[in-house]
Amino acid sequence: MTAKIIALVDGSIYSESVCHHAAWIAERTQAPVELIHVLGRREAPGKTDLSGAIRLGARTRLMEELAELDAQRAKLVSHRGRAILEDARAIVDRDGVTEITTRLRQGDVVEAIGEIEGDARVIVVGKRGEAADFAKGHLGSNLERIVRAAHRPVFVAARAFKPIDSVLVAYDGGASAMKAVDHISRSPLFAGLAVTVATVGTETPEIRKGLADAQALLKAAGIDAETRIVAGQPETELGKLVDEGGFGMVVMGAYGHSRIRSLVIGSTTTEMVRSCKVPVVLMR
Amino acid sequence: MISFDAYRAQWLGNIRGDLLAGLVVALALIPEAIAFSIIAGVDPKVGLYASFSIALITAITGGRPGMISAATAATAVLMVTLVRDHGLQYLLAATVLAGLLQIAMGVLKLGFVMRYVSKSVMTGFVNALAILIFMAQLPELDPRAVTWITYALVAAGLAIIYLFPLLTTAIPSPLVTIVVLTALTVALGLDVRTVGDMGALPDTLPVFLIPDIPLNLETLRIIFPYSVAVAVVGLLESLMTQNIVDDLTDTKSNRNQECVGQGLANTATGFIGGRAGCAMIGQSIINVKSGGRGRLSCFVAGVFLLILVVGLGDLVSIIPMPALVAIMIMVSIGTFSWSSIRNLAVHPQSSSVVMIATVVTVVYTHNLAIGVLVGVLLSGIFFAGKIAQLFSVRSEISADGRVRTYTVEGQLFYGSVEDFMNAFDFKEAAERVVIDVTRAHIWDISSVQALDMAILKFRRDGAEVEVVGMNEATETLVDRLAIHDKPGAMDKLMGH
Repeated sequence: MTAKIIALVDGSIYSESVCHHAAWIAERTQAPVELIHVLGRREAPGKTDLSGAIRLGARTRLMEELAELDAQRAKLVSHRGRAILEDARAIVDRDGVTEITTRLRQGDVVEAIGEIEGDARVIVVGKRGEAADFAKGHLGSNLERIVRAAHRPVFVAARAFKPIDSVLVAYDGGASAMKAVDHISRSPLFAGLAVTVATVGTETPEIRKGLADAQALLKAAGIDAETRIVAGQPETELGKLVDEGGFGMVVMGAYGHSRIRSLVIGSTTTEMVRSCKVPVVLMR
Repeated sequence: MISFDAYRAQWLGNIRGDLLAGLVVALALIPEAIAFSIIAGVDPKVGLYASFSIALITAITGGRPGMISAATAATAVLMVTLVRDHGLQYLLAATVLAGLLQIAMGVLKLGFVMRYVSKSVMTGFVNALAILIFMAQLPELDPRAVTWITYALVAAGLAIIYLFPLLTTAIPSPLVTIVVLTALTVALGLDVRTVGDMGALPDTLPVFLIPDIPLNLETLRIIFPYSVAVAVVGLLESLMTQNIVDDLTDTKSNRNQECVGQGLANTATGFIGGRAGCAMIGQSIINVKSGGRGRLSCFVAGVFLLILVVGLGDLVSIIPMPALVAIMIMVSIGTFSWSSIRNLAVHPQSSSVVMIATVVTVVYTHNLAIGVLVGVLLSGIFFAGKIAQLFSVRSEISADGRVRTYTVEGQLFYGSVEDFMNAFDFKEAAERVVIDVTRAHIWDISSVQALDMAILKFRRDGAEVEVVGMNEATETLVDRLAIHDKPGAMDKLMGH
């Protein structure tokens, strides 16, 4: 069995693009697509009872009440969830993918991914979900959680699908960046794409050696990669580089730093995903 | 371990609901903390400090968001003799030790033993607890000590608690009860006992102190039995409450983390002059009912309780005891599983016996741990009895009358050994005996020994014996323990 492409759809503006990107990956890798919609459990404002009194059979009655409330909500959202999945299936189907499965799950999206990513090759998500405030340009709150929790590459879809023929690899000298290069050299997904490995920052012997290693690794796999070193801050320069070079996709190692550090100084990864207007593949 | 994000969500996922529920719960914590400190023979402040610190620490370190822990009835009834014979300082030391034991149990991942506590035992536990809470109110209702005014006030309190929610559910009815009864008592100058009469209330924030006891083996010998009982009862009630909250909210939680959380809470609480506690079934139900789901609600309940008793201590001390008695009767009624009475007629008799035995043992010993132990043992025996019925032996003789085949089916263990032995006809002089155990499972030494005995007896009567169809597990056990296939078998067996 080939590993599946897991596409997370939530009915937001990004869902269509997620489907197209998943289909594009499926076409190149011949892998089946699994569409997943997770019914989140945001506590609905039920009727508040602050009476603080418990009477005969309090537990049973409370249990019944809560179960009834959940059941009503679940019926509603699962109906909608199925509709979202059907729409998504139609899109992927039109794009020519034959093996499509859909799955509707309850609970937290990160938990759901933990349970199903075992036989996945890549997880496709939108930059932000239905609950995120689009106008602010913020990333969805779930995206970082998903990337941190996932053990597979996460493909963050841009808002609209555009054919991809070139890819920029953001090389920061870290272990996960090298893993990204290694992945590119082996995956059929990147076959035939023009690859550029670039570092944003000051030029040091280590970086130069790393880039050369990356180039050699790709060369061995039959990919002629260019390398570049650009001075400046990764957060801003990378976005510019992508725009100017007309790259169709960015690949990078994700969240190399600890949670605490990213709380203090902010996460480069998050910032870069935000500034790029093309899909980003994040490798852990 | 859960991720940082998930943990943060447990704090901030439901802020409004948790804040409100926390305030409501604090009101239900105060009576239990005060009433059961008095039962345990210590000042109310020992229970109130404990409720504050336990609520705070379990909110941070516990395994079950939405569960309320504080100074409880279940642990208080265990301490009575310790306080009476040795004093408060030994209680504080016992609390610290109980906490350390609970941490150890959590680290050793003993939360799994809860699976052996059957539904009937849990129901028995809950009912026994409700009865203990109710019985603890009786001294306040003793006709020799109180006047009719007390009864009138308790009745009025109960009426407010149950009827006020029909008017509005936006204001906690226990709060209304406390306010109305306090106002009545003061305005009419009624002669009833007040909280202030029961002992010292906290007047400062808790301070760190080391229990003033000699650190020697003698001390350990005194406090250890109490610490074990408190640790076990505390974890039982906590894990049971955890189950209930899991079910109510349809979410899972980590038992071992809860054990460690309870342990940390008790350890720390002993050092600020508080007594041991655990999770509370009634208050946790109130919390969920009031919309509390996260860690914040337990935290808020603890903080609010401290603000209330330290800041408004003078007001708290004039609350009449009948108000608290009414609230505790409400908690007791809400905790009791009333459906279990109806179920007595429907459920299998063995389940009912287990439930009632648990209740009776607890009410008699005032120790929930012993009740649960009795319940668990009884469940085990009943279960063994049922499994023993899944056992039969068929026998047939070959056409020529020379080969007798016994086909054994079901579970062969100490409970079914007698049936097993009775099934063989040792007087029959068959040439060959085949014992077919293909569809049987041999579990223990009793059954291996019985098989041995049967084989040797047949051999003694001159028959060839063959055992066929042992499955792998059975074979291992028989290989290791059986003696019929070893030299000198008969002498050994008879020698025992």
